[in-house]
Amino acid sequence: MSINLRAAEIPPRERRLGSITGFFGTAEELVSESRTCGLKDKSRSFSQCLGCSTSNAACTTILIQDAATISHGPVGCASCLHDFAFTYRVDAQRRGLRDVTQRKIYSTNLTERETIYGGAEKLANAVREVYQRAKPNAIFIITTCASGIIGDDVEGCAKDMQEELGIPISAIFCEGFRSKMWTSGFDAGYHGIARSLIKKPQIKRNIVNVINFWGTDIFRQWLAPFGCEPNYITPYSTVEAISRSSEARATIQACSTLGSYLGAVLEQEFGVPEIKTSPPYGIAQTERWFRALGELLGNPEAAERAINEKKAEFMPKIEQFRRLLKGKTAYVTAGASHGHSLLAVLGELGMTPLGAAIFHHDPLYDNGSEESDTLQHVVRDYGDVPNYNVCNKQEFELVNALNRVRPDILLARHGGMTRWGAKMGIPTLLIGDEHFGMGYEGLANYGETILETIENDEFVKNLEKHAQNPYTKWWLEQKPSAFLEGGPCYARDN
Amino acid sequence: MPGIIEQERYTCGIGALQSVVAIPRAVPILHSGPGCGTMIAGFFERSTGYAGGNTSPCTNFSEREVIFGGVEKLRGVIENASKILDSDLQVILTGCTSAIIGDDIESAANDFLERGFPIVHAETAGFKLSNFEAHSVIANAVIDQYADRFTDENPPRSEKSLVNLFASIPYQDLFWKGNLREYKRLLEGLGLRVNVLFGPRSRGVAEWRSIPRANFNILVSPWYGWPIVKNLEEKYGQPFFHFRWMPIGANETTRFLRGALAFALAHGADLDEEKACEFIEKEEHEFYEELDNLATFLLEFRYGLPNHVHILHDSGYVLGFSKFLLHETGMVPKESFATENTPEEYFDVIRADMDSTSAKRSLPLFFEPDAGKAQDMLRSITHKGRGLIIGSSWEKELAKEKGFDYLPASVPSSYRLAMTTNYIGYSGGLRVIEDIYGVVLGSYD
Repeated sequence: MSINLRAAEIPPRERRLGSITGFFGTAEELVSESRTCGLKDKSRSFSQCLGCSTSNAACTTILIQDAATISHGPVGCASCLHDFAFTYRVDAQRRGLRDVTQRKIYSTNLTERETIYGGAEKLANAVREVYQRAKPNAIFIITTCASGIIGDDVEGCAKDMQEELGIPISAIFCEGFRSKMWTSGFDAGYHGIARSLIKKPQIKRNIVNVINFWGTDIFRQWLAPFGCEPNYITPYSTVEAISRSSEARATIQACSTLGSYLGAVLEQEFGVPEIKTSPPYGIAQTERWFRALGELLGNPEAAERAINEKKAEFMPKIEQFRRLLKGKTAYVTAGASHGHSLLAVLGELGMTPLGAAIFHHDPLYDNGSEESDTLQHVVRDYGDVPNYNVCNKQEFELVNALNRVRPDILLARHGGMTRWGAKMGIPTLLIGDEHFGMGYEGLANYGETILETIENDEFVKNLEKHAQNPYTKWWLEQKPSAFLEGGPCYARDN
Repeated sequence: MPGIIEQERYTCGIGALQSVVAIPRAVPILHSGPGCGTMIAGFFERSTGYAGGNTSPCTNFSEREVIFGGVEKLRGVIENASKILDSDLQVILTGCTSAIIGDDIESAANDFLERGFPIVHAETAGFKLSNFEAHSVIANAVIDQYADRFTDENPPRSEKSLVNLFASIPYQDLFWKGNLREYKRLLEGLGLRVNVLFGPRSRGVAEWRSIPRANFNILVSPWYGWPIVKNLEEKYGQPFFHFRWMPIGANETTRFLRGALAFALAHGADLDEEKACEFIEKEEHEFYEELDNLATFLLEFRYGLPNHVHILHDSGYVLGFSKFLLHETGMVPKESFATENTPEEYFDVIRADMDSTSAKRSLPLFFEPDAGKAQDMLRSITHKGRGLIIGSSWEKELAKEKGFDYLPASVPSSYRLAMTTNYIGYSGGLRVIEDIYGVVLGSYD
């Protein structure tokens, strides 16, 4: 689907990319179905709390140094956002940020009155108040189920206020009910950012956009041989730096689930080419990635040199971990692209993935390129993954599957899932730094940490003996896919 | 028209799902948008319990349910939840989506009720009420739709020494578990039997079924929880003893216990008054033994101690901390903020309770749910001497800006872990002292 920055809203992933949240099979089957017949989503007749787009949209805006974010909704719709204030403070150290300012997060505090008479006036007043109070360089308004259903004209309000106040004010449409994939919120956030902040380039500079979260600054060193500096967007960036991201020579993504839309926008609307091949996790993919980078930046020799130098430095370590981890089994639960990347890391370390619970699946990303299909690379480089479950954090399925496969280690990327590994006595690892597993050094990092996690199992073994489990015996004896469309417990009227 | 809110210290109605999580073996079922559960789990943190967080069943409204209604989906989720999750009680909570489109939850819930499901439902749409208010809605739903069906086995007011306690709101009070445990211990010290209803000291649904048996109720709160005791008064004729702030430290805990004792005796509870008074004296004695040692430290420590405090918390805590700190540590409460979106009709009585703290000075109190605004006010205020801020994780940055000591004691609580610590009672007061002066001593490198 082509990009249209004139439109206030973008369609969510299921409509834009044909993404799905329900699948049981193998990774290879999923890749091949994505290519041939197109994916058909399956619904469930039982479900647990998901997550929603509004907090993912907030993730793209709150961490911008000099912007403010207003949640247009009841107080509840902003109540987990304080966590970004903590993240901002703590991970600022990893980015060497000196002036760590308080995060500016507001709720318009919609009440019953506004659900009847509309909340646009209240929103306009909120924008004025926030402007006075925080003196931000941009204001983002993120919408919620309530504001969406009552039909407030948020776009019109943002336009009027932008004119009145003279700073970019952007409406971001990320109502939870619009998408089963909370990652649609990333796209909505970036759409609003691109529309309101990014300017057409006047010059080209030796910077490379890195679309990421809060990962360690490894790209400064990686890009140096190419004569470039990283321009991390959007966390820890500034309104000014984002507005000039069009001047970059290339865009790279730490995670295609995150950066799919913004990468495509920067290429198609602002002429910044993106590296199409998947992020650099696992040796095969790291080499492809460095070569693509060299090609894009017109310096293939630097890419070969970087590959050789890193190989020389890290291969002995990686070989050592391969010997120690050979035959160890693992289960992965994570968001889509990063989950695939973790499977690549496991494959490279000679471990055996017994299965995965991955939050959704995009058959292709916004750039439409098969080269970007992270799961396809994993299957080709390391072989098939059995018990591949696409499931949007449906804990009951995860618990059931994990209970069957009982791996040596559970690798998780999102909060809330890890305790099930621990309750079953399975050593469990969650790495919050998305750059931790990248490149050759990433394999050494993961190898070391996985070994350490498997070794230090006293806590989980003890917890297992005392853990409470709300899941019934009956459920644990069913197939994990029992409540998925087509499964034996799926009721037709749902 | 209530304005914007920066730096939330409370959440919306569906946040009361945590009150369900706090009832042993109860399962909240959310009939709401997909993000509501995550928002609440993220607000309170470390709050999953038996079946909160990612375990809670949810209908996850999509466009289809917004347009065509979500009741059918809800029926499927309830039906299957009972197969998948072991539970003694299911509580359906509705979110904004369901309330705006007008789903008829009641008839769905009633159908399951007729089939013998232990199920109740509550309207908790975020735009209608806060979690402080919704806590009462949940408790009353369980009383009216569940406990009330068992009055044959639990004749109203049939146990003269049994009381139902309504005090801390689970998870919203960072110290709820410890506080409820301590209330129970203290009241049992008087010879009462106590239904604590929430947390590990509750006997779960069996205890909820026994609510009518109680002779009377105790409400510890400036305003929240009021609808529960009024409901019980009307339903079972149970009177209630109302204590309007958190009893922190010796003065207020003794006042609370003596009040409860007098109330119980006046209502015919079978208690040994002399033994009860001995218990109070013994507890007091333990407290003052520590305060004796503390006095030396407070008076002699020459490197600097805070002499004034700003409190940002719910009004029950603001009152409780103010009374305790002024009289039992000598620290003077300055501008403080009740951040829980206090209903206006309670302003006067809460202000009067604040003023009654001291005969010589008035203690400035503001009702301000917009805590960002409260912080801006504190930025512009200076008092002589070293200051202390008691509040949520949002105050860490403010304290740093102002060079104040900082004690996290409210949600959101990113910088402090609280499990079973109590702040109420005699021991709670001592713990507050340990925490405050621990921070102060720790500031010397």
